[in-house]
Amino acid sequence: MTSQQNIQKIRQTIARNKRSDFIFSIIGLSSMVFAILVLALLILDLAMDGLPRLDWQFFTSFASTDANQAGVLAAWVGSLLVMLVTAASAIPIGIASGIYLEEYARKNWFTDLIEINVANLAAVPSIIYGMLGLGVFVYTFKLGQSIASAGFTLALLILPVVIVATREALRAIPSNIREAAYACGASKWQTTWDHVLKYSFGTILTGIIVALSRAIGETAPLIVVGAVAFIAFLPDSLLSQYTVMPIQMYRWTDVPDPEFQANAAAAGLVLVVMTLAMNAIAIYLRYQLRKNITW
Amino acid sequence: MAITSSKQSQVNKLSPKLLRDVREKIIEFILFIAAFSSVATTVGIVGTLLLESVKFFQNLALHRLAASQGVSVEELTNQTVSIGETLTSIWAFITGTTWAPNFEPPQVGILPLVSGTLVTTLVALFVAVPLGTIAAIYLSEFAPPRVREVVKPALELLAGVPTVVYGYFALLFVTPILQVVLPALPAASMLSAGLVMGVMIIPYISSLSEDAMRSVPNYLREGSYATGATRFQTAVNVILPSAISGISAAYILGISRAIGETMIVAIAAGGQPNLTLNPMDPGQTMTAYIVEVSKGDVAYGTLDYETIFAVGLTLLIMTLIFNIIGHWLTKRYRETY
Repeated sequence: MTSQQNIQKIRQTIARNKRSDFIFSIIGLSSMVFAILVLALLILDLAMDGLPRLDWQFFTSFASTDANQAGVLAAWVGSLLVMLVTAASAIPIGIASGIYLEEYARKNWFTDLIEINVANLAAVPSIIYGMLGLGVFVYTFKLGQSIASAGFTLALLILPVVIVATREALRAIPSNIREAAYACGASKWQTTWDHVLKYSFGTILTGIIVALSRAIGETAPLIVVGAVAFIAFLPDSLLSQYTVMPIQMYRWTDVPDPEFQANAAAAGLVLVVMTLAMNAIAIYLRYQLRKNITW
Repeated sequence: MAITSSKQSQVNKLSPKLLRDVREKIIEFILFIAAFSSVATTVGIVGTLLLESVKFFQNLALHRLAASQGVSVEELTNQTVSIGETLTSIWAFITGTTWAPNFEPPQVGILPLVSGTLVTTLVALFVAVPLGTIAAIYLSEFAPPRVREVVKPALELLAGVPTVVYGYFALLFVTPILQVVLPALPAASMLSAGLVMGVMIIPYISSLSEDAMRSVPNYLREGSYATGATRFQTAVNVILPSAISGISAAYILGISRAIGETMIVAIAAGGQPNLTLNPMDPGQTMTAYIVEVSKGDVAYGTLDYETIFAVGLTLLIMTLIFNIIGHWLTKRYRETY
């Protein structure tokens, strides 16, 4: 009799626990669905406001006081050029310092310092990089409010990301690859360049894509460095004035006129599609690489 | 003759090795210079901010001095400012409750900007911490692998959206919806900026927390299951405490992202420096102030130009403090398995 009651009780407890498990998975799932739903809503909202403005004319016109005539020609050309400068400076320096820290650095206080430094730089707010760019590139090196200043500023901003990605990629290469190369008489650099770097190329590339997609969307540091909002010419050198997509969008958002806000939405849609596509490529690459690697 | 030829061959044998060694050294040096660039960046950041901030505080002291003597600043420009006067203006900066740099004398108390930053950060954490943590627990302990494969990258996409787009969304989508529920909400408020910022921060918290929970060794889970605990009980009583150092590091990262976030607050929070803790008010954060000054053309060397560096320095110090707390927490609560 009593044992029967006990069994009853245990069954009840089990049922209750299973229920709380079930309830939690519902809560967990819905909290994630909520987050993803916000993303979907955001894209939908942009698309509804901005899609009608997205035509050929929008990409081939300069900014204008007439909302229907205004376009993003200067902005996307500017973004492209700034990204070229950023990539050309951040990628070699980032990979090189990743290689140094992972393959060459001896354990001493100085390399420790560099490591702590890289970790801390990743947490510095992006707008602070803008002030660094303003103080150093614009005024000290006298590059002015130019594409070069902007590109170098963003390069410093994404440098920690590239360094960390490179290091993680190199760390994933098993040491027997290195030992095999040394055994054949390869020098340290030959081993690194011909083998270690070659095999980690895919993973490094993934990190670089993520870093560049972040740089494309950055607004605050470039406002500080002095990107101009409304310009009606194409830059003729790396020292000329410029604007970029996010700043064009921000300035349009600032104007209360709904027609300009439709322009802002259109620019935003282009930005979101671009950055999400780059992120998606990176995620896909990572997935493929993880699947194919068999050491 | 024989000696010279053997010497010759020795030189020939040696030189490629020498050449190779030299080349290796040069390459190592170039790589070292690259690695050193990160230190140079830090020195550049701290140097720029400190240098301009010192100028700012001296300039501010000059303005205050001019006001107290009833003369214009230009008449005092060549006068040197004593250290005591500079320290007084630093103190006025830290404790002042009015932010109006364009007044004469300028009122530059950082507290309204700090309160704006704190309020938006708190609202953001109010969204991001529960949602991020729950999502992390679900992904690490409950989700079937296929769900995780799909959902985790989808969540990470949230962090990839440019923040200027989030700002637009907060101002033109979230605020009107909130106004239906809260009719008293102004067109720009710290509440909607903070809420959207919270959504942006979710992936930072969920991703890192999930990594921390997944690295809890399996025998702890198995031990818990063996005593009859359910998944939920295991997650809350075993996994969460074991991963607490990683999770707290994730929270700290979230906080420092929120403090440093710029465009969402610059667009959606209203842009008026307000000493208030009410999220329904419009407000201005430190970052939003820097944007506001920078987008107008500010002449090099003016007080306006220098204020942004003093504000930037305050911002950097705040994020640095949180980073140090983060490191300390990770060390303090690290579980050794």
